[in-house]
Amino acid sequence: MPRDLLVRILRTPELVSRLSMADWDIAVRQARAAGLLARLAHRLRRLDLSETIPAPARWHFDAAETLAQKQRLAVHWELQQIRQALTEAGLSAVVLKGGAYAAANLPAAEGRLFNDIDLLVPRAQLGKAENALMLAGWHPAPLSSYDRRYYRRWMHEIPPLQHATRETVIDLHHAILPLSARYRPDTELLLSRAIPLPSLPGLAILSTEDRILHSATHLFHDGDLPHGLRDLTDLDLLLRDAASADFWPALIERAAELQLARSLYYALHYTQHFLDTPIPDTVFAHLRQTAPPRLTQAAMNAVFTRVLLPDHTSCRDAWTPAARLAAYVRAHWLRMPAHLLIPHLLHKAFVSPYLESREPKTA
Amino acid sequence: MKLLQLSPGDLRQQLATPGIWLRTGPFSVRLRSALPAVAAGLADLYGQFEVRSPREAFADFHVDLDGSTGVRRWVRPQVQFSYDGVLPFKPLPRTQAFPMLEWGLNWCVSTQAHQFLIIHAAAVEKNGRVAILPAPPGSGKSTLAAALVLSGWRLLSDELTLIDRATGLIQPLPRPVSLKNQSIGIIRQFSPAAFVNRETHDTVKGTVAHMRPPRDSVLRQHEAARPGWVIFPKWEKDATTQLTPRSQAKTFIFLAQNAFNYSHLGADGFRVASSLIDQVECFDFRYSALPEAIAAFDALADAHAPEAITDAA
Repeated sequence: MPRDLLVRILRTPELVSRLSMADWDIAVRQARAAGLLARLAHRLRRLDLSETIPAPARWHFDAAETLAQKQRLAVHWELQQIRQALTEAGLSAVVLKGGAYAAANLPAAEGRLFNDIDLLVPRAQLGKAENALMLAGWHPAPLSSYDRRYYRRWMHEIPPLQHATRETVIDLHHAILPLSARYRPDTELLLSRAIPLPSLPGLAILSTEDRILHSATHLFHDGDLPHGLRDLTDLDLLLRDAASADFWPALIERAAELQLARSLYYALHYTQHFLDTPIPDTVFAHLRQTAPPRLTQAAMNAVFTRVLLPDHTSCRDAWTPAARLAAYVRAHWLRMPAHLLIPHLLHKAFVSPYLESREPKTA
Repeated sequence: MKLLQLSPGDLRQQLATPGIWLRTGPFSVRLRSALPAVAAGLADLYGQFEVRSPREAFADFHVDLDGSTGVRRWVRPQVQFSYDGVLPFKPLPRTQAFPMLEWGLNWCVSTQAHQFLIIHAAAVEKNGRVAILPAPPGSGKSTLAAALVLSGWRLLSDELTLIDRATGLIQPLPRPVSLKNQSIGIIRQFSPAAFVNRETHDTVKGTVAHMRPPRDSVLRQHEAARPGWVIFPKWEKDATTQLTPRSQAKTFIFLAQNAFNYSHLGADGFRVASSLIDQVECFDFRYSALPEAIAAFDALADAHAPEAITDAA
């Protein structure tokens, strides 16, 4: 059974007409583990391939699409609530990632599942925005005092805000990478090119290039990668949607300006590797000086060709656990310098479990 | 092939590796467990269920029930429910392995099967019409459903009423009927024909046991049926049996709030639920004696008998 069955189907959807029932069993499970069942359903329907899904497997796709449609509706509604809360306080915000794709009805919103809504505001307005959202019912989830301090001191976002009744979660950012990270894209630069949303006055989304750079940065700076392949398909859809003659030079220039060229290189390398995203050779030629040294690239390949596959038993080989650990350590290494990283990982490994074990158990 | 055709040894062995393929209503499950309690529960209660070769390619739900390893094998042993590698629950004491399988399978259906509007209710059928029994825990819903299926009604489900969004019909999901605390003794006493398995004590729901679903209900598990009534049972000591009409609107609200996925279905959830309400009669039902309760239900079903007799012929 191929470990990369889902990836192959995403790359060449026509393949589904030749799948055995055993293949379908694995494909559904890999797609569910990757959070991509609804996206695959949508793609097969658009390509008139839904009929090739054998009857026993079909409901899985329908049910996933039902859920995705509901979530998309819910995201639109939450954005209305957020907009109202912020504009009443005279504030505005940029919507990031999934929320932005939904708000702008981009192809990357199709069949996408949402975990939370990400917002970006200037650091000077962070307190006001937080207060406005709290007045509208979003409150910080309980955190240990260490985590709370850590967020406020070093992170690019405040602790997640959860709505008291609807339980939706907002991640309020003032930058797209932690304050402690190697690279520090300037939030002002991002905000200066944001595109207002006519349907949601007071809210905006990042420019096309910045949206792609943010998605790439997020993917290659995040240690857990629970939705690695989904985020990669986001990137693929964003790139295919944006591609034009002017787009590629603008993207490369902007990546340099925001210090995100290396992330862009990886994003393009792996979308092409996994999903056959059409990227002109000239783009890679331009990015050559930002490409990693050959040895680094080989190590990255060993890690990312594994961790970007769905987190499912049928996708694992003997090296997958080591690759996941390596990706976790790498992400932390990029997010903070050693004098912060080592105490942080020690705290997470030894102090946090001890404190949690002393907390009263909830039934 | 039926599960009862497997010898106890074969069942235990296949269940441990590679797992058995089992059909329950519209769903297939690949179940793997090396725990003897799981094999025993299946042998006791799932005898009439269809099993296929473990090489059967496709299954809807891939479920593992594993014992813990290391020191936990001997000290306060536990059981872990895994849904294709995902662990939705905290482990339970090993003695609760079989109830955990039942709860876990309910979880699989209620969190995934959005082709149905899924209401937290029992459903039983007679003469082609289904009585939906939604009720808060402790109201005697499962006890009444168990007594009804021991008295000629067909079991569609004791927990999950599946309303097909495309047809509006109720899709059977006959599985063992979950009985709690006093209900276990009441049902054993009610009918000597009832088979109730070994009790599991000290679960979050108290003492639980499961009643084997009637053979006929399992064999007819693909036969969907039309909704007829929504009846809210309430057991009250010494109450006289009483069926009183209930507001359709209030019933609608209750069903929406007690559905697992009403909000997930968006506007279609409203459409399915309102078309259900338009087809049914709604009642509150108070009772204290099971035989009287069953007589009252039979009277309701008999009022609609003619069309059903041709169905059964």
